[in-house]
Amino acid sequence: MEQQYYITSFCSIKNNKISKNGELLYSDDNSDSIKDFAKGIYKFLELKYPKFHKMDELCKLSFLASEVLLSDQLEVSEDTALVLANRASSLDTDRKHQDTIKDRENYFPSPAVFVYTLPNIMMGEISIRHQLKSENAFFVKKAFDAKFLTTYSRVLLDTNKASNVICGWVDLDNDKYDVFLAFISRNGEKLLSKEQLNNFYKS
Amino acid sequence: MKKAYLVADNIISPLGFSTEANLENLRANNTGINRVDNKTIYEEPFYGAVINNDLLSSSLEIVSNNVEYSKLEKMMLLSISKLLSENPSLDIKKSGIIISTTKGNINALCSNSETKAYLGSIAETIKDYFDLDSEPIVLSNACISGGLALAIAKRMIQTGEYEDMIVVGGDLLSEFTLSGFFSFQAVSPAPCKPFCKNRTGISLGEAAAVAWLSSNPKNVKGKAIQITGDASANDANHISGPSRTGEGLFISISKALKEAGINNTQIDFITAHGTATPFNDEMEAIAFNRAGLQNVPVNSLKGYYGHTLGASALIESIIARHCLMNDEIFASLGFEELGVSQPINIIKKNESKSLRRVLKTASGFGGCNVALVIEKVSL
Repeated sequence: MEQQYYITSFCSIKNNKISKNGELLYSDDNSDSIKDFAKGIYKFLELKYPKFHKMDELCKLSFLASEVLLSDQLEVSEDTALVLANRASSLDTDRKHQDTIKDRENYFPSPAVFVYTLPNIMMGEISIRHQLKSENAFFVKKAFDAKFLTTYSRVLLDTNKASNVICGWVDLDNDKYDVFLAFISRNGEKLLSKEQLNNFYKS
Repeated sequence: MKKAYLVADNIISPLGFSTEANLENLRANNTGINRVDNKTIYEEPFYGAVINNDLLSSSLEIVSNNVEYSKLEKMMLLSISKLLSENPSLDIKKSGIIISTTKGNINALCSNSETKAYLGSIAETIKDYFDLDSEPIVLSNACISGGLALAIAKRMIQTGEYEDMIVVGGDLLSEFTLSGFFSFQAVSPAPCKPFCKNRTGISLGEAAAVAWLSSNPKNVKGKAIQITGDASANDANHISGPSRTGEGLFISISKALKEAGINNTQIDFITAHGTATPFNDEMEAIAFNRAGLQNVPVNSLKGYYGHTLGASALIESIIARHCLMNDEIFASLGFEELGVSQPINIIKKNESKSLRRVLKTASGFGGCNVALVIEKVSL
C-alpha cells in the first residue's frame, strides 16, 4: 500500500500579503519595491538576522516564507529536505550581474552579486538559518506543479532520504513574485496529495 | 525497491563527441584545456576547455526543421541523438528525463530576446525536437547538479516512477560565468591543478553528456553497473565557501556508503570534485579523512575537462562507469605535489586496477554536496 504523508503547514507570499495556513499575517500595499516589502515583513516578524540584509530579493522572499512556515516548530530536524522550484531561476539577479559586464569600458562584476546567480542559494540560506544538513534540490518548471512536487517529496520520504520535506514554489521575475512553501511530514491531519497541495497553493 | 543500472551514455566535450573518444584522450592524458583567445567569450586570453563551434555544427546532421539552436542546445541534442541511435531499444517517449544545467542559455541575456535565458526553454527545445508528450524536468543545483540528477533518477527508478530515466547535463563556458569566477579571484592563470601544492584556482570548461538509467536487466549490455548508494547534504555553513570541516560532504559519503551496505574499506577508487581552488580541495581532503578514505586512490578530472558545472559530475560518473567496466583508473592531470593539509592518495599515473566500487563526490555553491556509490554487480 502507498505510504501516507501529510501537509502540516504552509505559507504564501503573494499580492503584497504573507499568510500562514490560509490566514493573513501581514499585508502592505504601500511599498514601492520588493526590497521594501520584504523589509516590512522582516520587521513585522521581529527578526534579528543580519545575513538577511545581504541576500538578494529571491532569497529574502524564500527566507521569510521559511521563517513563517517553521515559526511554531521548536526544533526542525536536520534531515528536513528542501525541494523548491520556480520558472525564472535566478534571472532577477542574473540580469544584475549581466549589467556589470555588458560594457567593457565599465566592467565591475562583484562576488556579492555573482553568488546569487544560482537558484539553489536560497536553500543554502535556509539551511544555514535552521541548520538543515539535508538534501537541497532546485527544479525549474513552467508553472507551479503540484504533481511533481508531491511525487518528488514522496520519493524522498519513501527512499528514507529525508525525515520531512519543505517543498514549494519561489518565483521572482521583473518585480512579479509568487511564493508558496509547504511542510510535508510523516504525521499530521491533512493527507498529502497533488489536489490538496494545489488547493493550498491557490488558497 | 527496484535497482538502477547505468546502461549507456555519451559525452560531447573538447575531448571528443563519443564516450570512447573521451576515454582515448584520458588514456593518453590529453587535456581539453587550452589558452583561449576569443573576444566573444572574454576580453583577455584565459585558460579553458572550449568546444569547437564548426565541429559541433557539422556534427549535428539531424537539424532539418529550420530552428535556430543555441550552442548548448546543439551539444545536448547531439548527445541525446547519439545515445538514441546507438540504443534502438531505448524509448525516449516512455522515459523520465532530467536536464541538469546551472546557467543554460545564459548568453541570451545579452541578446535582443531573453526568452532563451529561461532554463525551461531547453526543456521545451528537447521536447519539441524529440516530439515528447511531456516536458523534461530541469534541475539547477550549482556544481553538484549532474551528480544530484543521477541520484534523483536512481530514486525515481527505485520507487517505480519510471523504468527508464535519461539524465542530460550541460553548460557553456560563458562570459557570464567566467567574469563571476574572475571576480571571486578563483580562475587559474594556467590549466588547473587539482589537489596540487601549486594550484591557483579553476579552469572552466564546457560539455554536454547523457546517461541512460534502467531498472530492466535486459538493457544491460556487457558488465552490469549499478548506482547502489546516494546521498546529498548541505553544509549549513556558508553560501559561497566550503565548510572547513567538510560536514556536508562527510554526511553525504557516510549515508551513500550506508545505503550501499558497505564500509569505507570497500571503496576501490574515488573520482572527486577537485576544482583546484584552495578551499574546495582542502575541504574534500578533510571530508575524505573523516570518512577514513585517505588511502583510497583518488583523482579529479577537472585537469582534462575544466569545470563543466552542470555537466561535470555527470561526465565524471560516466567515466567512472567505464573505469569499472575496463578496470582502469586515470591520473589526476596537473598534479605534482600534495597541497592539502590531510593525506590523500592522488592517482599519479594511469593504471590497470581491478575495481568493484567507485565513490563519486561533488560539492557546490550554496553549501550543497552529493555522493554516489557506483558498483559493478552480477545480474
